[in-house]
Amino acid sequence: MTRQASEQVVGVDVGGTFTDLVMIDQATGAVRLAKVSSTADNQARGVMRALAAAQADLGALDLIVHGTTTTTNAVLERKLCRTGLITTAGFRDVLELGRRTRPQPYGMKGEFRPIIPRQLRLEVPERMDAAGRVVAPLDEDAVREAAAKLLRLGCESVVVHFLHAYANPAHEQRVAGILGECWPNGFVTMGHALLSESREFERGVTAAVNASVQPLLARYVSALQRDLAGGGYDGQLLVMNGNGGMVSAARVAEEAAKTVMSGPASGVIAAAYAGRAAGIEDLITYDMGGTSTDVALIRGAEPSVSNETEIEYAMPIHVPMVDVRTVGAGGGSIARVNSAGLLEVGPQSAGADPGPICYGRGGAEPTISDANLLLGRLDPDGITAVEGGVSLDHVRAVFDARLGAPLGLDATRAAEAVLRVANTRMAGAIRMVSVSLGADPRDFALFAFGGAGPLHAGALARELGIPRVLVPPRPGITNAVGCVVADLRHDYVRTLNRALDTLDMDELRAVFEAQAAEGAALIGDEAVTLTGTRRIHSLDMQFVGQTHLVRVPLDDISIDRAELRRRFEAVYFERFRVELAEIRANVVNANTSVVGQRVPVDLATLIDPAGRKTTLAEAQRTGREVYFGQWLTSPVYRRELLPADAVIEGPAVIEQMDTTVLIEPGDVARCDAQGNLLIGIGAAA
Amino acid sequence: MSLDPITLSVIQAGLQQVCDEMDLSFSRAAFSPVIAEANDRSDGIYDAIDGSLIAQGAGGLPVFVGTMQYSTRTLIEMIAAGQVAPPQPDDVYIVNDPYLGGTHLMDVRFARPFYRGGRLNCWLSNTGHWPDTGGAVPGGFSASATAVEQEGLRLPPVRLFKQGVLDREIYAIICSNIRVADQRIGDVKAQAAALAVGAERLGALMDRYGDDTVAQAIAELRQRAARQMRAFIADIPKTRLEGTAWVDSDGVVNEPLAIRLAVSRDGDDLVFDFAGSSPPCAGPMNSVRATTLSSVYLAMRHIFPEVPISAGAFEPLKVAGIEDTFLDARYPRPVSGCAAEVSQRIAEAVFAALVPALPDRVTAAPAGTSGNFALGGHDPDRGRDFVMYQLSGGGYGGNADHDGLANGCSTIGISKAPPVEIMEQAFPVLYRHYRLREGSGGAGRQRGGFGLDYLVELRRGLAKASFVMDHGRFGPQGALGGDDGAPNRVTVWRDGQAYTPEHLSKEQDIALAPGDRVHVETPGGGGYGDPFDRDPQAVLSDVLSGYYSASQAQELFGVVVRDRELDLRATTIQRQSH
Repeated sequence: MTRQASEQVVGVDVGGTFTDLVMIDQATGAVRLAKVSSTADNQARGVMRALAAAQADLGALDLIVHGTTTTTNAVLERKLCRTGLITTAGFRDVLELGRRTRPQPYGMKGEFRPIIPRQLRLEVPERMDAAGRVVAPLDEDAVREAAAKLLRLGCESVVVHFLHAYANPAHEQRVAGILGECWPNGFVTMGHALLSESREFERGVTAAVNASVQPLLARYVSALQRDLAGGGYDGQLLVMNGNGGMVSAARVAEEAAKTVMSGPASGVIAAAYAGRAAGIEDLITYDMGGTSTDVALIRGAEPSVSNETEIEYAMPIHVPMVDVRTVGAGGGSIARVNSAGLLEVGPQSAGADPGPICYGRGGAEPTISDANLLLGRLDPDGITAVEGGVSLDHVRAVFDARLGAPLGLDATRAAEAVLRVANTRMAGAIRMVSVSLGADPRDFALFAFGGAGPLHAGALARELGIPRVLVPPRPGITNAVGCVVADLRHDYVRTLNRALDTLDMDELRAVFEAQAAEGAALIGDEAVTLTGTRRIHSLDMQFVGQTHLVRVPLDDISIDRAELRRRFEAVYFERFRVELAEIRANVVNANTSVVGQRVPVDLATLIDPAGRKTTLAEAQRTGREVYFGQWLTSPVYRRELLPADAVIEGPAVIEQMDTTVLIEPGDVARCDAQGNLLIGIGAAA
Repeated sequence: MSLDPITLSVIQAGLQQVCDEMDLSFSRAAFSPVIAEANDRSDGIYDAIDGSLIAQGAGGLPVFVGTMQYSTRTLIEMIAAGQVAPPQPDDVYIVNDPYLGGTHLMDVRFARPFYRGGRLNCWLSNTGHWPDTGGAVPGGFSASATAVEQEGLRLPPVRLFKQGVLDREIYAIICSNIRVADQRIGDVKAQAAALAVGAERLGALMDRYGDDTVAQAIAELRQRAARQMRAFIADIPKTRLEGTAWVDSDGVVNEPLAIRLAVSRDGDDLVFDFAGSSPPCAGPMNSVRATTLSSVYLAMRHIFPEVPISAGAFEPLKVAGIEDTFLDARYPRPVSGCAAEVSQRIAEAVFAALVPALPDRVTAAPAGTSGNFALGGHDPDRGRDFVMYQLSGGGYGGNADHDGLANGCSTIGISKAPPVEIMEQAFPVLYRHYRLREGSGGAGRQRGGFGLDYLVELRRGLAKASFVMDHGRFGPQGALGGDDGAPNRVTVWRDGQAYTPEHLSKEQDIALAPGDRVHVETPGGGGYGDPFDRDPQAVLSDVLSGYYSASQAQELFGVVVRDRELDLRATTIQRQSH
């Protein structure tokens, strides 16, 4: 904490298509934005290009916070470093056998590729039992031979994963010592290091993911640091983790697996931050893009964090991550009439290429985006502007032929049907996410972002009984905003697995204190200006005999046993409407998050206050017919021109650089002091 | 006036949502790991008049796909006949009688009447697999039972909750007849609460769209599901298709049981004729009518997963010829193997019959056994008795798109296996290895997936091992020229001596002492297509991975691998002489 309060802060998020940048001068409130194409081969080029586009003076910048998809893409596309495994004799296939599952309940097909191929999985004699007692000693010569063989086979990194290492890591630690002598580059991951919990498949995959992306991330970060230094930057580079906290570039590769899913996490962080500033602390985030929609839950301005994310079939990464669920449909989701004569939307998607018909890239199947266009929700003039663009009549003809004819509807009604079915499905999926986290969506506001989120949010909120929608100032660059506002954060999980009535409450407090001390020490090491640190404690509990867990938040760790039992029962009843006085309670995990709070950033300037008009009429660009069960003439406004205190009654369309906000009839939108649009739905308006 | 197609789609999604929320509520609140972790449960909505299936949760256990409509129908009939007390609002009936539309005794069904405006509108029902319902062996899977009374407590439909209040007397009778009764109250409450969730959500759906509209939509959706299934049936040629599958033995009499299936088109319908299958058996490998029908439905749903689950989808599927066979067992035939094993063999017969007609959709046979190994004994260190279950997966069948998956769960299940580390924490055992069973996948253009190979040792105390598995005599069938997968193999090592059960993978109460070991090698999936058509590079990769040896590559696939490299010339010669 030696530096001055940061003044020039940059948040830069590399997404699949675009690299987004936000630069804020905290002293003056001046904001610059940039959006450039991502450079998949070397993301650093896109970052440098974004900095150039924002005309950033690298020498004057104080802090750069970076969200990267380097590791996410590497895992999902299996572009991984060649990684070897050294494991307990008899168990090299754990990573391939998984948990005896199939990808879907029905259909006996499916494919699975283990993250480390079989010929790179080697066994050495050693064995611990579940109590951590040595059953067979470690054969150190076998370890040396295995390491030499993996190097011969071209491995760059190595995982050491022994059965029951969570109970006694002595053998793994000894192997770390041996590899320290013979593995040339330090890319060594110990199975127990990231996740010290039982369940050998999940712990092993988590470690294997870490090892497989570690060299990639290390190389990427050092290349970026080199480029930045070359441009004159001498400030701190921080990288987003999937838990929504940041860590210094120097340290990030050690636990590379934690950066997986950092992009979606930063969007949720931005939502929590905006919600706290706006006084709306319970939010469901709704990020609808071209191919998919992500949903997360925020309570009391804290995003839900899960320790058990599975990023695709049989690919668990059990490190704390913001609990972002992908619920299917995006703007490119395809609508079709099935053999029962029923309209279906998705799961097939036209993706970005060829994309919806209206992209004019050869897409021939009707999509959600096309339906929005036909109904006037998207600007019909927009498509003719695209090179090689298609006509509205062409889109209408496809809807007529593919959907209208079999359903007995005209193209307009068919487009309306597509949106209704898509919204019903999405609302159901959002409901399932909130119910599975023990929350009733009606108690939340919907935070809409992404390219298509603000277009559908009103209809979804109505469907879910959600009273309010919050649209941030810059919905299309929310992830970059998340980088700017994110805190430093470290999460700790300690498995206790003890019945509440035999738990030593002093020991529990000691565990919490130790976790908090470790996090505080790490945060203290970072050269970032902080306003303070915060601790969040919770317990994962269950009734004895259950396997699922319920999270019980604790605001005071000196809670006594009887009160804890009451709190647990209250949380349990709230969730399941079941009382079980007859059964004992079990404390499974003690969780602590330590948050180093950054200097607050004023987001109201994301839309330049000087550019705002004083009357609504001045902000209106045009008007057009939009279909809401009938064609209604709807004013079209420019978002950045809206008066700071604007009140807009639906129907209305608000356009901005990267998204369109739809205000449905009966709803009312208000600008707030933070630059958000708050849309009251129906009676709640 | 018929409903507009949009309202129809929206109500369809709404009904599905009600069931999915019941599924979620049930497994999250349940105690039984079989329900909470293995999702051995299902929730659905059933017609008030005939019990037919309106909608069912997407994550329900496949084998329950068709059973609850029969148990609900039986309940309705018994109420009408005065054999069962009529329903009151907020009542919940409990029933587990296999012969009244069930599976085996462990699958306990709850049914709750749903009222609108004082009239019965429909039924909500769910099934959960209880860890124990009494009987000769813990867990209920007795390999040598000869009557249902030996398998556990059999409950006719009775109202366990009367107007929302648990009947403590009935509950006390149940608890006195089952093992580990102290935790069952948690499952009972979870199972009933799930139905309450369903009632609340279904009520909200009807409030929103109107009772008449929802009723109309349900009728229309049923017709359309039938139409959709018929559209798929229309692609099946009008020839007689045959498939046969074998159950190793019934656990008592050591002779194979045949499932003989002929599939033929009857107009728009598809008839599954099982005439000629073996008669009812002495041991527990009998199936009951509801399970047999459900097995056909679940096999068809594996083939056509697009068709939503409803009575309409089953309407065009006609099952015939099961009378007097072991697929339609009556009281008091023992039935514990019906849901876990026989159902999978029925599905295998369906796959075998249909794969030539639908080669892009149907796979070669999957491992098709639940791989049930139970170890019960006394742990002297902890001073208490224990019962451990290891349900294991096996290889899936090769198919037009891919090689079969390794270590997949059973055809009728969707559960996750417990980790070795958790098993060793809970029980006095040590796994000596837990690995992929090399060479077990049936050779084919797309090979079968590999089975599992584990060796587990008893560390202390005395224990008894029991097995209820299948496919020990015959491996899972290959398709379209593919080879069969490797059969199941169980070996018990006692005092250093190997012992193979007489019924191969079925036996009860094999006594074990510390140091004794149980070795299980589960089946590989059947191969798909001629193995000599397999891409030589794929075979090379299999050899480098150690899935097959070089000599197996040459013998089974006609591919010559020397010094870890492909010998293309030798391969060509080898394959031409095929």
